[in-house]
Amino acid sequence: MTDVISAEAAPQPQGALRRLLQCKLALIGLALIVVVTAGAIFAPWIAPFAPEDQMFDGLTLEGAPMPPGDKFWLGTDLLGRDLFSRILFGARTSLVIGVVANGLALLIGTLIGVTAGYFRGWIGAVLMRFTDLMMAFPALLLAICLAAIFTPSLWIVAMVIALVNWVQTARVVYTETSALAEREFVAAERTLGAGTARILFRHILPHLVPMIIVWGTLGISTTVLLEATLSYLGVGVQPPTPSWGNIIFENQTYFQAAPWLVFIPGAAILALALAFNLVGDALRDVLDPTQRGRD
Amino acid sequence: MSATAELRSGAMTAPDAPPRPVLSVEGLTISVRAEGRERALVHDLSFTLAPGETIAIAGESGSGKSLTSLAIMGLLPPPALRVSAGAIRLDGEDLTRLPEGRMRAIRGNRIAMIFQEPMTSLNPVLSIGRQLSEAIRAHAPVSRAAARRRALEALQAVRISEPERRLDQFPHELSGGMRQRVMIAMALALRPDVLIADEPTTALDVTVQREVLDLLRDLQREMGTAIILITHDMGVVAEMAERVIVMKQGQVVETGPVAQIFDTPQQPYTRDLLAAVPRMGDGSGAPAPAAETDPVARLRDLCVRFDIRGGLLSRVTHRVHAVEGVSFDIRAGETFSLVGESGCGKSTIAKALTGLVPHQGSIEVAGHRLGGLSPREMKALRRDVQIVFQDPMAALDPRMRVGDLVGEPLLIHGIGTPETRRARVATLFERVGLDRDQLDRYPHEFSGGQRQRICIARALALQPKLIIADESVSALDVSVQARVLDLLAALKREFGIAYLFISHDMAVVENISDRVAVMFMGQMVEMGTRAQIFGNPQHPYTRRLMAAVPVPDPGFERPPLPRLAGEVPSPVHPLGEAPRRQILRDIGGGHLVAGADTEGR
Repeated sequence: MTDVISAEAAPQPQGALRRLLQCKLALIGLALIVVVTAGAIFAPWIAPFAPEDQMFDGLTLEGAPMPPGDKFWLGTDLLGRDLFSRILFGARTSLVIGVVANGLALLIGTLIGVTAGYFRGWIGAVLMRFTDLMMAFPALLLAICLAAIFTPSLWIVAMVIALVNWVQTARVVYTETSALAEREFVAAERTLGAGTARILFRHILPHLVPMIIVWGTLGISTTVLLEATLSYLGVGVQPPTPSWGNIIFENQTYFQAAPWLVFIPGAAILALALAFNLVGDALRDVLDPTQRGRD
Repeated sequence: MSATAELRSGAMTAPDAPPRPVLSVEGLTISVRAEGRERALVHDLSFTLAPGETIAIAGESGSGKSLTSLAIMGLLPPPALRVSAGAIRLDGEDLTRLPEGRMRAIRGNRIAMIFQEPMTSLNPVLSIGRQLSEAIRAHAPVSRAAARRRALEALQAVRISEPERRLDQFPHELSGGMRQRVMIAMALALRPDVLIADEPTTALDVTVQREVLDLLRDLQREMGTAIILITHDMGVVAEMAERVIVMKQGQVVETGPVAQIFDTPQQPYTRDLLAAVPRMGDGSGAPAPAAETDPVARLRDLCVRFDIRGGLLSRVTHRVHAVEGVSFDIRAGETFSLVGESGCGKSTIAKALTGLVPHQGSIEVAGHRLGGLSPREMKALRRDVQIVFQDPMAALDPRMRVGDLVGEPLLIHGIGTPETRRARVATLFERVGLDRDQLDRYPHEFSGGQRQRICIARALALQPKLIIADESVSALDVSVQARVLDLLAALKREFGIAYLFISHDMAVVENISDRVAVMFMGQMVEMGTRAQIFGNPQHPYTRRLMAAVPVPDPGFERPPLPRLAGEVPSPVHPLGEAPRRQILRDIGGGHLVAGADTEGR
């Protein structure tokens, strides 16, 4: 029944990019990502103040942070630094963490998950037991150990986060891959003489893409916050370099007196995660041929 | 005067005055709302059902027969599907207007339903007894113990072996046939007025189907339940129904008593449907090619065993002897069929032939021995053997365009340039009866029959010597099935391909095969030409299989089928124990029979 309907209604094939651009929500997400990226790149020119400048007029006479106003658009923090400038510069850190560290974690997780799920046998057993071990081990403790061994810098922190965060991805990808490997079309490919590489890259990975996209967008906020935790514990990005996470952590004790100090960086993290989520969702639909012509 | 006459005729249920119907469907229209407009999926369907009567709704997929049954049960999935016109009256009460609470009291109690797939309609985490007594207690205010007693009676009524033990077993511990019996027991435990059976035997083996149909008929006679039988199988219709409604795309094509539908069908669609049904004969027909050609595949003493691990150290404790000592040749250009019921090892042979499972014994394909080949040699060998699976949707990668799928074997084996490959794919597409404009579509945009044609085109791409058709037409509608079988036969003549045709359907096998082998529990019990097997079946199992096939002729008198005593044997054996080997003897003309007992006819 459905076959007949969809066969009639199927639109002409279009470019995936064109279909992506037809989706309003995806455009909103893309716009947000562009804004954040531009803000991060052009921070030195946009920012009204240097992010680590503690300004005398940045505090009230009682020594409390300034609320958002004319001079300090988003207010100041406890040390009298301009919040807007810190958010702009913090976007650099958070983008690197959310995109690079998270992307690297996805890559490691997918590689391990696919290898274990497709080949199984002793390779699969070893890889998955290792994954379970990593899962059982407190991620934070591991991150602290790793960060303590290497001198903390942005890129080291990104590596550390990637090395801690790949586990969940590996687990999910493993389950999905082992289910896919049992599917009949994979057996059909084998009888055609398809080699392992062809089956993995042409017939298994495309099916994993939607799931990886979902995990990727979820991972953005997780990794940004993990960076904040590390910063808070002194093994992350070193102060006074701002990151969205450490702005929250530095100021959280004054949440009631100066809520904007927590709320604004929090909103920034949320907006970034949401933007990636919107684009990811649309991308997943656009890339799935069975979704074509069903809107 | 007339009132007394009516009363009397009612009491005596005279055939000329039909009794008051228990269920009547009047102008039923079911619509789906999609893209803002309503489309009728079932159009103005009307029928009445008398107590104790069996009415069959027959039709192919998309005919609306299952929607009708869901509408009667009040189970149409909201909000997209709804009854947009007409009424369903149970003893005069319109079910389409009842609130859900009242409907729930009727469902299971007065109208019950059995589904096609007994595994998925039983809850896997509850014991059989628990599920049965819960169904009873949902409608009758009885104690747990009383419900359990009634559950036991229900199981006894469906003639299940060891009913007491079954009460405490779980669905996965029962065979498919036993599960369907449990479903029937559950449906009939409360003695409903109407039983809707939606393809009740489609998922079952043919001998089990026979037993379940017999059981349904016996229970109906005892309880006087009216049955609405939804099926695509005209053989089942002929055996079970008194009246038939033939549906096509939501419209009623023809209704009438079963004899009239089968003997003098009025509508062309009914005639086509009946003509497409494969029928069993005596194995005569076009003679098999007598020319002894070189075999394209030669199997000798093939064994496939799977280990079952158990115990603390997960050592091998048991083995499944899926295929045990099977030998046969497939000659060039012939159709060799393997028939047998599920679990007999026929598909495992296909997997061994394509190298998907490890095997013992020897398999030679086109003169090369399988096993111990380098990946490069194995890849070369794959050009000669291709396989077409049962479910084309599962066998095609849903994320690839069909043109790429059909061209993939050429790409894998590095044949041609992109342009020549594209041209070859288009030619193949046209050869199997598809349009070359459809190359850029995805598998889900095609119908089941078209998808199977795509699979056949892909199998043909490398010009193999042997195509394995593993239940390739079983999932298709009869009319589509007939056309796909015609296509396979035409391709065989055109390209000289040999087929290994694997099927459980004796009628299809008889229509397509040159030679036939019957399998049981991983071993071959009989092998011969089509005429030998179907004209002169020797092994009791072969005869049993043939006797169980439903015959699309309502006048056919079925000889009683002896019931198998005891449990179905299992192919699982403890380590070190092997099943007893069947010894095949030639009883003349290459007709091989296991434990051949030429006198025991």
